[in-house]
Amino acid sequence: MTNMAEDLKATHVTDAAPLPNGAPTAEDRRRTDRKRSPREQKKRTANVVIYGVLVVLVVALMVPFIWMLSSSLKENNQVLTVPIQWIPQEFVWSNYTDIWTRIPMMGYLQNSLYLAVIITCLQVLTGSLAAYGFSKVRFPGRDVLFLAYIGTIAVPWQAYMVPQYIMMQQLGLTNSFNALILLQAFGAFGVFLMRQYYMTIPDELCEAARIDGLSEYGIWARVILPLSKPALASLALLTFVNTWNDYMGPFIYLTSNRLWTVQLGLRSFVGQFDAEYAMIMTGSVISVIPILIIFLIGQRYFIQGIATSGMKG
Amino acid sequence: MTTETITQAPAPVHSRGNRKQARRNTLIGWTFILPNFLGFLAFTLIPVVAAFALSFMEWTSFSAPKWVGLANFQRMFASDSFWIALRNTVVYALGHVPLTMALALILAMLLNRKLKGIGFFRVAIFFPYITSLVAVAVVWNMLFSPDSGPINQFLGSIGIANPPGWTSSSDWAMPAVIITSVWRDMGYYMVLYLAGLQAIPTELYEAAEVDGASAWQRFWNVTIPSLRPTTFFVVVMLTVSSFKVFDLIVVMTNGGPGRSTTVLSQLIYQEGIGEGKFGYSSAISLVLFIIVLTVTVLQFKIQQRRER
Repeated sequence: MTNMAEDLKATHVTDAAPLPNGAPTAEDRRRTDRKRSPREQKKRTANVVIYGVLVVLVVALMVPFIWMLSSSLKENNQVLTVPIQWIPQEFVWSNYTDIWTRIPMMGYLQNSLYLAVIITCLQVLTGSLAAYGFSKVRFPGRDVLFLAYIGTIAVPWQAYMVPQYIMMQQLGLTNSFNALILLQAFGAFGVFLMRQYYMTIPDELCEAARIDGLSEYGIWARVILPLSKPALASLALLTFVNTWNDYMGPFIYLTSNRLWTVQLGLRSFVGQFDAEYAMIMTGSVISVIPILIIFLIGQRYFIQGIATSGMKG
Repeated sequence: MTTETITQAPAPVHSRGNRKQARRNTLIGWTFILPNFLGFLAFTLIPVVAAFALSFMEWTSFSAPKWVGLANFQRMFASDSFWIALRNTVVYALGHVPLTMALALILAMLLNRKLKGIGFFRVAIFFPYITSLVAVAVVWNMLFSPDSGPINQFLGSIGIANPPGWTSSSDWAMPAVIITSVWRDMGYYMVLYLAGLQAIPTELYEAAEVDGASAWQRFWNVTIPSLRPTTFFVVVMLTVSSFKVFDLIVVMTNGGPGRSTTVLSQLIYQEGIGEGKFGYSSAISLVLFIIVLTVTVLQFKIQQRRER
């Protein structure tokens, strides 16, 4: 803080330095030699101020995470204290070992992982295939069909969840992973995202490959797929995170405890033991960690995926 | 359709070969689309169409489907649950849309500069958006704890004698939900605004500066007009997502206390899947869809008029 104030003062001095008659005094010249030009100086000061603002802002926005982490390392009766303890008096690491026996956390994690991996693989595979058909093969009716895809993106999922549920009930698929896989693996959004990307790949490339004797499937596998790695990564990451975080799907379809995902397990834990504040926070931290890791590895693709498609499933 | 393709085809050999080529293309195209299309048709397209038809039928888990015309809608408009849910949904949207938009824009303006480590700040602000909703809801519920929660302790420390009861009070539960959702969503819309800001040519700002425009004037006369397409997109996305709000409410308040935070999506779930009134719940779905569609079309019209 003191530094910032000094910087601010310095700018004022240098700003006021040039004399009215325009002749720089000896002292003035020495000052400009020693220091940066006023303009640069001003910019530096501004940067310091902005850094200060940003740090305060980000810390304020991260308070829920900080609080979550800190509470996960406390005893239950230490969580909601007056005044707030930001750093636990003593670190209760045992929360992180006890939770695995308190609730079947490992099973929940496995279920979430299983669903997320299967749905992501199917979505990326079928999505990129369909996107090739929609962008690189010309045939009658193609654009009308694509319009049907786009049209359903605009319909809120909640508006057709009941018919979906009836259908799954008739097929006898409620209370199984298959219901969720079938409902989520063929999303129109994945096709849309991949097609947007394929449209930016010049048709000449496919044309050249065709002349070289590659079949359409060969072009998809050997020309288009390698070129669309960033889009594939975006779609895979977005689908994975969406499936991992999904609450309503598992909530509607998965009734037996052994099928529950992390989100359902955590929610039911909160419902049953609502005074176990510390353990609830431990569970929350564990449910967020996989997403944090994936996000840190692939954040570039997340941001790109959002900026190019501008939407999310 | 077929004739169209033939005229479009690049190298005109004789027409029989062409027709054969077109048929081959159709076959190839469909094989690419089919794996996705089968799933899409069965589990998205058919349910969407079915939802329309169902809203004019009476069908429960105990009775066979029967055509009843507008009876579901009459019952819906006479039910106060529907009006309460609609009102709550609108209140949520009125809070969520402007707050998220304003904060996302402010954050984007702050973060739209070349500084060392700026990427870290952007990523940190974006992270809540992809954090699991249950974790978010659980943490905020505790932060909002009326007696000794951090938020009310903070409010107390700045001299607010009777801080609100948040999720335990029917007046303050909705604001609590809105605050949580704004916190969660603003990073996402910030990314959209950042992309918009970066597309503004710097010459515009330089020219404005030469003309002696102040920072505030540059904001109103250069930034805001240049961001219009982004803002349009953000408003549409935000409004649509507000009317669809579902999981956050289910996890955070489950519609309570009382019915103070019950929203349309939740009503569809309760009536349709909870109680098995398939027809009646589809009528509510149709209303939700029409609202979302109207909002989108309206925004498009406004945008078009502005551009002219």
